[in-house]
Amino acid sequence: MTDSKYFTTTKKGEIFELKAELNSDKKEKKKEAVKKVIASMTVGKDVSALFPDVVNCMQTDNLELKKLVYLYLMNYAKSQPDMAIMAVNTFVKDCEDPNPLIRALAVRTMGCIRVDKITEYLCEPLRKCLKDEDPYVRKTAAVCVAKLHDINAQLVEDQGFLDTLKDLISDSNPMVVANAVAALSEIAESHPNSNLLDLNPQTINKLLTALNECTEWGQIFILDCLANYTPRDDRESQSICERVTPRLSHANSAVVLSAVKVLMKFMEMLPKDLDYYGTLLKKLAPPLVTLLSAEPELQYVALRNINLIVQKRPEILKHEMKVFFVKYNDPIYVKLEKLDIMIRLASQANIAQVLAELKEYATEVDVDFVRKAVRAIGRCAIKVEQSAERCVSTLLDLIQTKVNYVVQEAIVVIKDIFRKYPNKYESVIATLCENLDSLDEPEARAAMIWIVGEYAERIDNADELLESFLEGFHDESTQVQLQLLTAIVKLFLKKPTETQELVQQVLSLATQDSDNPDLRDRGYIYWRLLSTDPVAAKEVVLAEKPLISEETDLIEPTLLDELICHIGTLASVYHKPPSAFVEGSRGVQHKRLPARAGSGESAESPEVGQSGTSEAPPAVIPSQGDLLGDLLNLDLAPATTTVPSVQPSMQMGAMDLLGGGLDSLPGVSHRTEMQSPQPSSDYSERELGGDIGGSPSMGAALGAPAAMPAALSNAPAVGGGLGDLFDLGGGVGMPTGFYVAPKTLFLPAMKAKGLEISGTFARRGGIIQMDLSLTNKAMSVMTDFAIQFNRNSFGLAPAGPLQVLTPLTPNQTIDVSLPLGTTGPVMKMEPLNNLQVAVKNNIDVFYFSCQYPLSLLFVEDGKMERQVFLATWKDIPNDNEAQFQIKDVHLNSDAASNKLQGSNIFTIAKRTVDAQDMLYQSIKLTNGIWVLAEMRVQTGNPNYTLSIKCRAPEVSQFVYQCYELVLKN
Amino acid sequence: MIGGLFIYNHKGEVLISRVYRDDIGRNAVDAFRVNVIHARQQVRSPVTNIARTSFFHVKRSNIWLAAVTKQNVNAAMVFEFLYKMCDVMTAYFGKISEENIKNNFVLIYELLDEILDFGYPQNSETGALKTFITQQGIKSQTKEEQSQITSQVTGQIGWRREGIKYRRNELFLDVLESVNLLMSPQGQVLSAHVSGRVVMKSYLSGMPECKFGMNDKIVIDKQGKGGTTDDTGKSGKQSIAIDDCTFHQCVRLSKFDSERSISFIPPDGEYELMRYRTTKDIILPFRVIPLVREVGRTKLEVKVVIKSNFKPSLLAQKIEVRIPTPLNTSGVQVICMKGKAKYKASENAIVWKIKRMAGMKESQISAEIELLPTNDKKKWARPPISMNFEVPFAPSGLKVRYLKVFEPKLNYSDHDVIKWVRYIGRSGIYETRC
Repeated sequence: MTDSKYFTTTKKGEIFELKAELNSDKKEKKKEAVKKVIASMTVGKDVSALFPDVVNCMQTDNLELKKLVYLYLMNYAKSQPDMAIMAVNTFVKDCEDPNPLIRALAVRTMGCIRVDKITEYLCEPLRKCLKDEDPYVRKTAAVCVAKLHDINAQLVEDQGFLDTLKDLISDSNPMVVANAVAALSEIAESHPNSNLLDLNPQTINKLLTALNECTEWGQIFILDCLANYTPRDDRESQSICERVTPRLSHANSAVVLSAVKVLMKFMEMLPKDLDYYGTLLKKLAPPLVTLLSAEPELQYVALRNINLIVQKRPEILKHEMKVFFVKYNDPIYVKLEKLDIMIRLASQANIAQVLAELKEYATEVDVDFVRKAVRAIGRCAIKVEQSAERCVSTLLDLIQTKVNYVVQEAIVVIKDIFRKYPNKYESVIATLCENLDSLDEPEARAAMIWIVGEYAERIDNADELLESFLEGFHDESTQVQLQLLTAIVKLFLKKPTETQELVQQVLSLATQDSDNPDLRDRGYIYWRLLSTDPVAAKEVVLAEKPLISEETDLIEPTLLDELICHIGTLASVYHKPPSAFVEGSRGVQHKRLPARAGSGESAESPEVGQSGTSEAPPAVIPSQGDLLGDLLNLDLAPATTTVPSVQPSMQMGAMDLLGGGLDSLPGVSHRTEMQSPQPSSDYSERELGGDIGGSPSMGAALGAPAAMPAALSNAPAVGGGLGDLFDLGGGVGMPTGFYVAPKTLFLPAMKAKGLEISGTFARRGGIIQMDLSLTNKAMSVMTDFAIQFNRNSFGLAPAGPLQVLTPLTPNQTIDVSLPLGTTGPVMKMEPLNNLQVAVKNNIDVFYFSCQYPLSLLFVEDGKMERQVFLATWKDIPNDNEAQFQIKDVHLNSDAASNKLQGSNIFTIAKRTVDAQDMLYQSIKLTNGIWVLAEMRVQTGNPNYTLSIKCRAPEVSQFVYQCYELVLKN
Repeated sequence: MIGGLFIYNHKGEVLISRVYRDDIGRNAVDAFRVNVIHARQQVRSPVTNIARTSFFHVKRSNIWLAAVTKQNVNAAMVFEFLYKMCDVMTAYFGKISEENIKNNFVLIYELLDEILDFGYPQNSETGALKTFITQQGIKSQTKEEQSQITSQVTGQIGWRREGIKYRRNELFLDVLESVNLLMSPQGQVLSAHVSGRVVMKSYLSGMPECKFGMNDKIVIDKQGKGGTTDDTGKSGKQSIAIDDCTFHQCVRLSKFDSERSISFIPPDGEYELMRYRTTKDIILPFRVIPLVREVGRTKLEVKVVIKSNFKPSLLAQKIEVRIPTPLNTSGVQVICMKGKAKYKASENAIVWKIKRMAGMKESQISAEIELLPTNDKKKWARPPISMNFEVPFAPSGLKVRYLKVFEPKLNYSDHDVIKWVRYIGRSGIYETRC
């Protein structure tokens, strides 16, 4: 039994020798030869030339030989497709073999031969094997469907294999079920919108039953599949959780982690005041701790996941700090991860212990680890105020060690501590200055320079210190150069007399001798500031800096939620969404946590198609019946999508009800505006459907989370009834007022350091308003809001300040209506209705652009005299006429005209010719431009024809959009 | 799912390469060698992403096993699989070494074909695999044998084959615990926990249904309340609180979750039935009482007393106390009542070894440490005194109450089974600060 000899032959004429041996009559010799071929193949030698000879050995009773030949085939069939056909007969024959092991072997291997011609022959044997009497064959065939789908998806669908596969979910054998689930999950991943894995309570029940009986791997497949299901309500969610929790005691860590994933996800749906919710939280901690006694590689995976779990639900592990203490013989990757989690769990209660540990770590050997430990001490100081003093003294001790990288790291974190607790620990500056010479890393140098500049008045020789850096100015990195520039300017402002020369030197270095635009610009700004208005310069440069926030490296909440859905997988190890490292369409769908509100319709599929991010006003209109349901549904789509429009008139009824039930909703304070349909109501709707889904803490903020499901489940019925009424009203001809689109996301939180802005535009009683919802998704309070517009086509500008009176606390949303005037500076934009906005708060200035409906600018006195209309129509050249089709409007001409009037589109005259109504309409824009229109409505035809004439033809397109919008909503 | 699996020797030469998915090419084999095996730096993560391809690796002696994928696979599962793969190989041909792998490469390919299908792990229990993958080639099987194999491989009890027969039905239970302690100089327990394992060796005929009982607090309390006094007549017996436990896949978890009873059909031979962790009411087998006195700047007097804290009839073994000494130690004089003690300069410690020690005894060591004068201002950090030992009981207090065996089809009963139980408590990290 020494097969190693096969690895050693490396002679030149080898292939020929092998060929001869393969064609030998002696069975033993043949087998030996095939082994040699496989050994060469393993090492990476090309032995494809032997293809026909190897395939000839396939017809054998010797199973071992057969398996070797199959192995060869799988490797080389693709390069020799024509020859591979030779093997087909044997496969087909083997699929009929009385021995189930051989049948399975044949179907398993055939699926791995990726040659189109072969796949055709595979279908019949596969169909038989899927219904084989032996479970071993069936479980192999189930996986084979996934293989075939990977080669030719269409074929699998055409042949109906998917249905057979679905049937296997009800198979009597647990392993067949598990493999079928695995295959279906994989196929479903490449068809995001297909309802392939039709998970309903019945199938879920089957899966949960199989879960108790199948192998550890099967349990993983099933749990991973379960995690994609969204229960209908909290009760179903709880019952699934109850059946999944026993898996937490499994010896296989992957089973445990997949179970944790299901629980973490479904927990979102459980009301927090439920007893079971607390029980579940308690049950999660011990298995997570136990994962840390697994092998190091698994510990690493577990720790990366715990890092996510701790961020999502810190309460689970808050008492388990000790288990994350680093052990002497942990591999470095485990040490680094443990350290990360220790900082996250650090609190006033355990800080003493943590600090003692961190101090130990700072004397270890691994440089990265030591650095991270030092950095961690700094973070503890910032996180737990009571410990700051101890942290600082620990850091000073470390600086005394004079270990170069320890000193540098300590200085970087001390800078942060100064930022957090100004005027408290400056006594240590002297010690820091002693180590100036040993700093060779840009970050440490920059930090030190910042400290010198910031506290220049307390450091006697600050000018000397900074001057010493100036000598090699051009060799420094940008970071250091910028810091040095600022520091010297600060120094100058504090001690102007002695440092004039120095400041001039640095300004000229920065502006004249540097190629770096950032540096140059900053240099010029300082120069100008200093030369024109030193007082202003002082205000700018020496302004009080905002305190830094506690948590700087938290994962952004929407990403965190997505990663929670991927617990146990690579995504959770990389802390990146699958789309960041997976090619193609597979697994690129974004997963979301389920919403807490347990409404029926919201449940089915959280990944509703809504992935296109259209900037144009949304045109999706939910059908009237399940208005609420659809809203909930749609709000579950990724945050970047536009919120679809909803017919406001119908919503009102339902909203009032909801508003009454939930007085704490911010939107309800706008109650007075209820007469003219919307924004407040529109807003609260969003609150319920979307934001609660996104972050569970919102639920708590709203005061009565438990009451909500009830209120919601009542709403659709009543809303529907009222909706009908309003619909009738619309038919009779009640003017419906200005149409306001629901709020769309203007500025995602990701781009604005946690500030999320969504909004819409409205015209109410002749006043243009921009309705904004500001949500704070960051960790710290936001204040000092202000808004500014860029020049735009119609001179829109804020007519008042942005009224955010109270600071915006984390997770809070505030609604503001900003009145707009049209007297601002004008500049033509592309597209015409584009608006560029800047919003400032205490953190930064953010920019976004949005588009407003042109109807915003349609004034109330836009009704033209008939005579004037006729004359103007003729006067405008025909070239300026534009024609549009408005499709699928089911209104008669009167109703349409009424609706349009609500948006200041006035019908001047109506003519009926051959059952065709012609409406003549006029519009006046705020800047005095007249738009004339002719709308033709044929009875029974839902498509209108619209002709628009205007002296400024570029507006026609946007006027047409307003028509579309108004008539269809 | 797993796209391919490679095994390399320490030089990075491929010993086994099996590709399961079309998206993994031959270049992946080289990418791992270049970026991980031949990397200059120490490996910083067991998961490496190279050009959108993820590599998971584990190392056994100097053999690298790497699983490759381009998808968002279940990472925990991949590692569990790699460990399992190692177990299976070890069960088939012993130690995982280059020589053994080369000698068995045909077998390994056969195994890889069986336990991983299209990258999905399949039944990988050696018990089942050995019924149809053998190094001797397939013997001719009867139809019944074949269907027995397939039903076992896919069945609910994949870890055990049917038709096992022993003349003598016998089972061995080992309760193996490691006790960890950190104690303050004043004798206050700062942290203590026991991590334990129950290892079972079963040589039982047929498909025996087993039920394992221990003095789990939850179970005892429940029985106490119910007022049932079946076979646990001696009430007042101590019970222990288990923080968490995990079980071999043969244990019916849902039953444990609902009734907290541990029932299973065991694999044949040796396996780990359960692992557990306890933190409450731990019996600390030894107490270390340190006394360190600094006499001037060049001398230290150290006195350490150890007290054994268990039944006098029991004997602890392999006792070792390690007393750290300062870096500037120039000489040490030791006097101990029992065992042997030596100053080991290379380890900066006095190592005191005692072969055996009965319970409720105490022993003492005293040492005079001469120090070289240094101008190092920093004080000696006084690392903790650590201890190693082995005791014949479970420091957690865990007791096996019963292990019942039922095999309804064969003619042997619970009473016919010969059962052996052994408790071994070892020190984990057992430290006392001084």
